[in-house]
Amino acid sequence: MTPVTSLAKAASVNPLKSSQPLGAALAFLGVDGAMPLFHGSQGCTSFALVLLVRHFKETIPLQTTAMDEVATVLGGADHLEEAILNLKTRTKPSLIGVCTTALVETRGEDFVSDVATIRRRNAQALDGTEVVLAQTPDFEGAMEEGWTKAVAALITGLVPAQPERMTSLTQVNILPGWHHTVADLEHIRDLVEAFGLDPIILPDISGSLDGTVPDRWVPTAYGGTLVPDIRAMGRSAHTIALAEHVRAPARLLEDRTGVPVTLFESLCDLKSVDRFIALLSRLSGRPVPARIRRARSQLQDALLDGHFHFGGQKIAIAAEPDLLFSLAQVFSGLGAEIAVAVTTTSGNPILHKVPAREVLVGDLGDFEARAAGCDLLVTHSHGRQASERLGIPLLRAGFPIFDRLGSQHRLSVGYAGARTLIFEAANIFQAQRREPTPQSLNPFRDRVSTGEDSHDSHAQIAAR
Amino acid sequence: MLKDKIADVFTEPGCDKNQAKDTKARKKGCSKPLTPGAAAGGCAFDGAKIVLQPVTDVAHLIHAPLACEGNSWDNRGAGSSGSDLWRRSFTTDLTELDIVMGQGERKLYKAVREIAQAFNPPAIFVYSTCVTALIGDDIEAVCKAASAKYGLPVVPVNAPGFVGSKNLGNKLAGEALLDHVIGTHTPDDVGPNDINILGEFNLSGEFWAVKPLFEALGIRIRACIPGDARYLDIAGAHTARATMMECSTALINLARKMEERWGIPFFEGSFYGISDTSEALRQTARLLVRQGADASLLDRTEALIAREEAIAWAKMEAYRPRLAGKRVLLNTGGVKSWSVVAALQEIGIEIVGTSVKKSTLEDKERIKQLLKDENHMFESMAPRDLYAMLAENKADIMLSGGRTQFIALKAKMPWLDINQERHFPYAGYDGMVELVKRIALAIENPIWAQVRASAPWDKDGALLPDAAEDCLSPQAGEGAIGSREGPDPHFLAHHRKKFAGGGADDLAEC
Repeated sequence: MTPVTSLAKAASVNPLKSSQPLGAALAFLGVDGAMPLFHGSQGCTSFALVLLVRHFKETIPLQTTAMDEVATVLGGADHLEEAILNLKTRTKPSLIGVCTTALVETRGEDFVSDVATIRRRNAQALDGTEVVLAQTPDFEGAMEEGWTKAVAALITGLVPAQPERMTSLTQVNILPGWHHTVADLEHIRDLVEAFGLDPIILPDISGSLDGTVPDRWVPTAYGGTLVPDIRAMGRSAHTIALAEHVRAPARLLEDRTGVPVTLFESLCDLKSVDRFIALLSRLSGRPVPARIRRARSQLQDALLDGHFHFGGQKIAIAAEPDLLFSLAQVFSGLGAEIAVAVTTTSGNPILHKVPAREVLVGDLGDFEARAAGCDLLVTHSHGRQASERLGIPLLRAGFPIFDRLGSQHRLSVGYAGARTLIFEAANIFQAQRREPTPQSLNPFRDRVSTGEDSHDSHAQIAAR
Repeated sequence: MLKDKIADVFTEPGCDKNQAKDTKARKKGCSKPLTPGAAAGGCAFDGAKIVLQPVTDVAHLIHAPLACEGNSWDNRGAGSSGSDLWRRSFTTDLTELDIVMGQGERKLYKAVREIAQAFNPPAIFVYSTCVTALIGDDIEAVCKAASAKYGLPVVPVNAPGFVGSKNLGNKLAGEALLDHVIGTHTPDDVGPNDINILGEFNLSGEFWAVKPLFEALGIRIRACIPGDARYLDIAGAHTARATMMECSTALINLARKMEERWGIPFFEGSFYGISDTSEALRQTARLLVRQGADASLLDRTEALIAREEAIAWAKMEAYRPRLAGKRVLLNTGGVKSWSVVAALQEIGIEIVGTSVKKSTLEDKERIKQLLKDENHMFESMAPRDLYAMLAENKADIMLSGGRTQFIALKAKMPWLDINQERHFPYAGYDGMVELVKRIALAIENPIWAQVRASAPWDKDGALLPDAAEDCLSPQAGEGAIGSREGPDPHFLAHHRKKFAGGGADDLAEC
């Protein structure tokens, strides 16, 4: 069990976290025709929106209840109702995902009841639009928790409990984590489909945030999981959860519908992918296609070729818990030492499995203070300052990645993704290789001058 | 004439292999005739370039169509403490038209001019190759003319690929230095403690781990040929008092002729292994004292050796718990002296086999004593035998050169590069510690368990019964899937076929 230590300090320096409602909004963006709605002040939405745009380089549909001073004092239910009705009229969304923020949660209202009342009162006006609620105050949790709550809200709100038992033998639910990219989801879909199975991925940002250019203006999320598909998840043969932080929604789904769950803590390492592929083979009753078997062999080779570059390297990672775990597991599996592991929140039990001496709950300031002497930093784009100051290369991973293009199309799951990840990190090591110098190899370099001989040599070295 | 040079090299009296032959056999030359369809290793040009290319401030101009240089440049990791000119690639890149129209010599002359003007190097080395030798380009004449015209030494290196092996090329490069470079410059600071080191390539900068040892004793390296060498150092190499020669098969002719011409005695030594490093320092001191250096050098050398050996052994000892009982297979012509074997054994490593193809008779004797079992010594092992040995888990790691790495890797066994492409310095006391550290890191790397685990399906992709059970467990755990150890038989069969042909030696030593 890796100890998880929260650093007690007042000033957070260079935050590692993104806020909880942002994680929830990201999840809602993976539903076709959805419109995430932040219940809070205008700025809450604006900052999240800008960050999402910087990361995805896409228009992001995200609205706000625009709480003003009066509403903050008297209560925001009216603002919420008005916002929902306005969104319905103006954008005709299939789903409005309400994410509460710190502001309204601090004030404290009965949002569940508010949303129920709004829906009842406007049943006709809201026909064809689902409204679900994720309570995601900024003052707790981070991306992971927000994602978890939004996925749970979608299941609670849309999947009927005890559906008519007409289980499909080929339909499989996939619950990815927030950290899975568009490329990851596309690859997972390909793998599942390669066995003749029909995946319902919830949420599926690969349809909505993959950078396609529609031929008309669409004000909502387009692409993503279809609402009718979400409703049909209870009929699936199996649910595959792809991160510890979607365990709770997966359980919820199981409780409501009886669909059994298998959870994968990571899909970035050979062993996990083996188990994933075995499960697909088992569920479908089909043999593993030659193409996938070949990809496995290619990953073996990538491990062999890559391990030379990882052996003995020290890596510092700062990321949300599940991402931290999967990256740390891959790198330590290749012989690297995870010298620094910093994460956002302490709640995820996966942290105890991170192959590091300890996991710190902290920020990028803590990360930077401990990462000196490492060979590689792994975190999101805000790690670039630490990278520059410490002179250590940065592998960008997580959210936000705003200073590189194509972060959504980086693959790191499955045999192919693990291979890509290994190459990417190994190439950074190669690019960064410090050539030896006469000084760095001098046998007397760290020697305190003791005898005459070494004294001579120091003088001579100085003379050079 | 090239023919005479080759004959001269073949009859080299300093070479113990030659000494063992009768006159007739000697005339036939060293290199076994190549077998078309079953040859491996580089040509004479390759060998000549390997020996000279690490001379750092020289422009190396290859007179050839593209392949000779275009396919081989910037491929070796020698270290330079100064110029990086040696890493730049210069070639005349002859076209069909150049060859048909006989434009080669003119193009070469122009190329020398362009390089001299653009880079102003202290010298340009011009290498002939198969095509330019075949069409009869007289590179010696061109070099002579260009040298006079542009006022810098332009040195012809006459070792076209077809004349023989890489080893022959090594020696022809030595001849070029003798004929055109060494003795052309007299340094103004000649001293009684000046030495040359021949056949040291400064791979990964490893000579820098050794040079301070000499300097601490007041010994100056006049010329290290070719590692991190500057042209003028080599030009003044004739003023040194003693020579240490590494990798004797490469430059024995150069060492012997320098002794003949300038009376510089030499000894053969190596910086690989702790006792070899000490012995190299000791022998150098002895030779210098015999040549007139102050006799106190001997005592100071012993003191330094005692101190540095103690430090090195203490560092090595730290690896004993990690490496004791581990089995090493050595397959290389490079870093592989009895002294490395001895040092590895000292911390409890078992040597389960070593190639002795490039070892001297004396080395073989020592290795024999160390290994106890002569069967562990092999001249050369076929790839399939090496593969089988590794796949059957008869060794924990193979140390070899790049060419045989995939035999180990495809057998899913740890492997460490100890030849010229390696990235870590293994020379000297620190180098031996580094080698041991790298062995530990390679063996301990957790990927081996991962890659050896067989897939949870059979050869047709049908799920194995165990895996079908395990995959449904409600949450991830340390599932049994893929945890079966040992190479899977299909994988082995496939790769056995792959390595069935050819010889597995690394012909690229030194």
